[in-house]
This record gives sequence, C-alpha cells and structure tokens, in this order.
Amino acid sequence: MISCQIDKRLRAAGGEMQFRMDLQVPRGQLLALYGASGAGKTSTLRMLAGLMAPDAGRIEVGGNVWFDSTSGINLRPQQRGLGFVFQDYALFPHLTVRQNLEFGAPKDQKAVVDELIDLVELGGLQHQRPGTLSGGQKQRVALARALVGRPSLLLLDEPLAALDLKIRLKLQDYLLRVHREYGLTTLLISHDLGEIHKLCDRVLVLEQGQVVREGTPSEVFQSDRISGKFKFTGEVLGIQPQEFLFLVTVQVQDQVVQVVALPSEVRALAVGDRVLVASKAFNPVLYKLD
Amino acid sequence: MNWDPLILTFQLASITTLILLGVSIPLAAWLSASRSRVKPVVETLVSMPLVLPPTVLGFYFLLAFSPGNAFGQWLDQWLGLQLVFSFPGLVLASVIYSLPFMVHPIQSGLSALPASLKEAAYVMGVSRKKTLLRVLLPNIKPSLLTGIVLAFAHTVGEFGVVLMIGGSIPGRTRVASIAIYDEVEALNYGAANFYSAVLFVITFCILLLVYLVNGGYIKRFWK
Repeated sequence: MISCQIDKRLRAAGGEMQFRMDLQVPRGQLLALYGASGAGKTSTLRMLAGLMAPDAGRIEVGGNVWFDSTSGINLRPQQRGLGFVFQDYALFPHLTVRQNLEFGAPKDQKAVVDELIDLVELGGLQHQRPGTLSGGQKQRVALARALVGRPSLLLLDEPLAALDLKIRLKLQDYLLRVHREYGLTTLLISHDLGEIHKLCDRVLVLEQGQVVREGTPSEVFQSDRISGKFKFTGEVLGIQPQEFLFLVTVQVQDQVVQVVALPSEVRALAVGDRVLVASKAFNPVLYKLD
Repeated sequence: MNWDPLILTFQLASITTLILLGVSIPLAAWLSASRSRVKPVVETLVSMPLVLPPTVLGFYFLLAFSPGNAFGQWLDQWLGLQLVFSFPGLVLASVIYSLPFMVHPIQSGLSALPASLKEAAYVMGVSRKKTLLRVLLPNIKPSLLTGIVLAFAHTVGEFGVVLMIGGSIPGRTRVASIAIYDEVEALNYGAANFYSAVLFVITFCILLLVYLVNGGYIKRFWK
C-alpha cells in the first residue's frame, strides 16, 4: 500500500509549475500515469524513488515512512528497496547481462539471478554486454535487474516507448507476468492507450502537475458508455469517402482494419486521431478518444 | 652521461600522478555532481594553475613553505617537513600545479555519463562510493587515461615552479628541465641535447600511446 501526498515546485518547459499529488495505491495494483510530457509523470516516480525530494508532504509505503517533511525524514534511494526501470534502461555498459543483475543482488543470491534470467528468457545472452543487445532485449535485462532486490514496488518510466509494436506486445506480456508472479505494486508511465487498457487496473491522467482524471482505463478514456462485445484502441490512418459512407482505415496494434462510418461520425475525425473501435450490435463503430 | 636528472624527473612525475589520481577522483566526482554555491570558487582555484605564470605559484610556495614563516615553521615542528629546496616540496608543488590536468578530464568524463546510470545503481541499493568506483569510473576509462597522461606529461615539463621552490640541487631537486637550462648556461650543448632528446622521445611515445588507446587502434589490432 502506497500513500503519498506531496507538493513540489517544478521547473517545466513553460516556466514553473506547482506539482501536487495525493495518491493511494493498494497493494498489487498496476497503476498507469498518463499525460503529456512535462505533466509531472516522471517527477512522480523520481520522488517515490528518492531521486528527487518533494518540497513538502509525506510518502508512506507498506507502513514505512519514506519521506516526511514535518519530521525531516527522507530515506535515500538505497534505503527504499524498490525496482526502477529507466526510460533509457541505464544498463551498465561495462558489465555483462548477468553481471548487471548480480551487481544489485544481495549477497549469495545466485538463485534469484538465475530465476530472473530464465523468467525473461535471456539465458543465451547472459554473458554478452548490453551494447550488443537489441532494444527489446535491453528492456528485458532492465526489467530483470529491477527485480533482483526482490522489491515490492516497481516503477517503470515509459519502459516500452522506444520499441516497435511487435516487441512491445511481447514485453507487455512479460510485464504482466512479473507483476503477477512477484505480487508487485507497479506504477507505469505510458502514452499508449492500448498498453494501458491491456495492463493496468487504474490510470491517473496528469496535467500541469495535477491529477485531472482517474479511474479504470475504460472509465477514464470515456468508453464506459459502450456495451460492445469487443473494443480496441487504434489510430486513424486514412478516411476515404465512398458513395454514401466513409471508409476509415485504422491501425489497431499491429494490424490495419477498415471500418465503415457515417458522414456524421467522420466529421469529428482526422488522420492521426486515436479512436476506439468497438462492435455494438452490427458494424464496428468508431469513438474518438481524448 | 648523468642520468640522475632524468630519473628524478620521472620519479617526480610518477609520484605526483599517483597522488593526483587519489585527490582528483573524489574532487572531480564532487564537482560533476554538486550544485553547491562554493563550486564555482573551487573550480576557479583548481583551474588557476592553467593561467598563472608558474613563477607566481612557485613564489608563493617559497614564501609559504619557508621556515621563516608561520606555516613553514609549523610544518617543520609538527610534521618534520622542510618543503623548500626538497623533493617533498617539489611533489606538493607539482600536485597543485598539475591539478587541473587531472581534474578536468575526469570531471568532464563523469558529467558526460547519463545521470540514470548513477541513479540506477542507487536505486539498486549500491552506495555512492561503490557506484563511483564500480560503475562510473569503469565507464570513463579514456578520460582517466587522458588525465593520468596529461598530469604526468605536464609534471615532466614543468620548469618555473620547480626552479622557484626546488632550485637545482643535484640528485634532490635538479630535474631534467632544470638540468637542460643549467647545461645551456654552461655552454654544455651536448649534455643539454641528451636530456632534451630523451624527454622528447619519451613524451612523444607516451602521448602516441594515449591516442592509440583512446582511438581504439590497439583494440582493433588485437582483433
């Protein structure tokens, strides 16, 4: 259980910004932070990890106080014992995959390292250096390394943003697996609605350092009114007028589908919009997101 | 030929470089990470030997270490150190004189590393010291090598500071650069040429080695 109320003046691209976060995360939840860049998502994770100090407030995790401005408590990152996956992975370039994991492992924990290498299926690459690995492989090393200290809290800063779709889908499965298998509480920054829908129990939408919406992914992304049998998020690639209708080409994850739409539905759409493709009764219908 | 001045020069440069390495790594680590208000002052002090004439530095060392002054007296009484016209005095002066040549490459090497590397280690529970020694330094090996070699070569090449504080005592403070000057003064061009040629060749080889290593030529050769 994480309970955190923190304030901080942040310097963002558009001048100063007041960051305020009042957050309760139950144990075992997979929570997404969503929002434009500069909204304070990464700062939230950094303050939880102890890499940045809030100006005021209190952070309590699993009954332990990590930060309390009134009593002057501020645990160092080393004392917090959480897992953090950085956007650039931050693998140690001079160490092999295995040494990367061992570096942070408590002493005599060879078994943990072996288990994690198996879990992310890196056995064949364990003696290579990160420089020779692909993006997806590096990401798996970073994930495994973050779990070496057996944390109960895992923070992921846009872990899959730099990867292509196919690998991203596979890594989402890895994330979900470690989240469940290790009973983690996970905070994930993501810009990918599909990813959030697939992985997360709850999502917070941040704007200008404030939480502006929160709820389950379907609630937050306004799809609660739909009683569809299936629904996917995708991106509009093209809109072609036909005789009476429009043919909208949508990319849903790694496939491209075409959906028939009425002129009234198409009016609000443009190429590049994110949409929800849902089947109501007959044809799939498109709903514009955000 | 008398090899003493050359041996003394390389002794001085080796000892100075070793001490500098120990001093500069923590100093450079602090400078690259700190946002303290005194940081600009410290940076300025470190860089001063780059712009000051060596004789200025040597002159103040001479005054400070002189047994006639309070500091020199204190050194003599409490530590038994007489730094004027002695080898330990040369070492201390060389350490300060070559400090920027060691600190600057290490500092810029550390600053160029992504912050996430350090932060990843901290989050994994690794202490600051272990992070510096085991994560950061192994990733700035070219900077370390540059620092070591520049500090060494700069110490080999110093003249003004040594002359002011060390004088020219054969076997104790008469390093090669001083010996060359003395021999030329005495119109002894053969001996001056000998010392000069040896310094020339050795420094050329050392610098060449650095460029070969940092340019990756040696690695490619072995592959």
